[in-house]
Amino acid sequence: MDIDTFIKRIEEEFDDLKPGVLKPGTRFREVVEWNSINALILIAMIKTEYDVTLTADDLIQSKTINDISSRITSRMEP
Amino acid sequence: MALFSLYGIRLAGMAATVPGPREHTADYTWISRKERESLIKNIGVETRRVAPRGVTAADLCVAAAERLLENLNWDRREIELLIFVSQSPDHLVPATACIVQNRLGLPHSCIAFDVGLGCSGYVYGLSLAGSMMQSGASKKALLMVGDISTLTTSYRDKSTYPLFGDGGTVTALEFNQKAPEMHFNLQTDGAGYRALIIPDGGARNRMSRKSFDIRKVSKGMYRSRLHLQLDGIEVFNFSLREVVPNVKSLLKHAEQTMDGIDYLVFHQANRLITETLRKMLKVDPARVPYSLKEYGNTSGASVPLTMVTQLRNQLTTGRLQLLLSAFGVGLSWGSVLLETDRIVCPEVIEFTK
Repeated sequence: MDIDTFIKRIEEEFDDLKPGVLKPGTRFREVVEWNSINALILIAMIKTEYDVTLTADDLIQSKTINDISSRITSRMEP
Repeated sequence: MALFSLYGIRLAGMAATVPGPREHTADYTWISRKERESLIKNIGVETRRVAPRGVTAADLCVAAAERLLENLNWDRREIELLIFVSQSPDHLVPATACIVQNRLGLPHSCIAFDVGLGCSGYVYGLSLAGSMMQSGASKKALLMVGDISTLTTSYRDKSTYPLFGDGGTVTALEFNQKAPEMHFNLQTDGAGYRALIIPDGGARNRMSRKSFDIRKVSKGMYRSRLHLQLDGIEVFNFSLREVVPNVKSLLKHAEQTMDGIDYLVFHQANRLITETLRKMLKVDPARVPYSLKEYGNTSGASVPLTMVTQLRNQLTTGRLQLLLSAFGVGLSWGSVLLETDRIVCPEVIEFTK
């Protein structure tokens, strides 16, 4: 999975996010106001684009964009 | 998988009633303005109808039935099946359907009972009514699906309060040999029963003084054990996991394709869920109607309410291939593929006492 494309897709979902702010090591809760709606937006995008389901637990345990990305990669069908 | 078909069941008409009072998401000051804007944009609810104290789902359904029966010109003595699908009955005992049978002046030969399902209720109700009619139990039936969800939401719980609205519907079905087949795919996964639950007040956790205590659940969220609880991510992931395979199996069973469907009507869960499902099924937006913006998530009533408010013109003037898909509390879900042909459908009714 391409991390740059992933970041671009996140930027497209969240209006508040200025392009370029998000890096692979960014702690996403610090740049996006973290609430249940934003969690659902992220889960929806990942399901649509990568056909991977992230749980509430996955999000709790992920800190950075990289963390989420590796969880997706580990569940993507080869 | 419960895939099956029913023949000889004609959808003769349908009607829907909503309470008059309106609440606007923009006025929900428990949350910040930014959150309200995000809610409107992503969850998709701008206004909801809220039943005044003392107005029940049965009241809304009866008002819809009175109007529909007037327009259908049916002889009430011929209606020998009444199913009331709701999670907000008039009383804990007896079944609301019995009270409604009397209110509507239906004959004593009428079978009447309640079904305690929510979001999936319309699809389940159609299959139940259809099966009983096919067995010869009744030639004409009324299926009522409605809920007063606002009765059990906590104002200080943003996961439920700004989402749910109230509504009651009725669908008239008649046995007719020439009617095209209806195809169903019904499923259940009770392992997820906690995802949408009112914990106290039933036999498992009897109502006690503690049931009323308002507790802080998380930041900005307070509710009692008599309030409806919703685990958003759990319900979201369940819907995204189960609905698409259910719909695809149904289409295969019916030897149909999505291209042959005029409209795909989803349970109005929230916009994020239904839009993701729509994209996963690759259906263009024009074929997926919404009543969510105006009426919110109206539980089991949401599919028929969407049909009455968004497709009335098409339903009354032509022939339609419809795929209805409903999913949620239980967890329970199902889809039905059916054809309608110039049905009777009065405009949505606003309830006044």
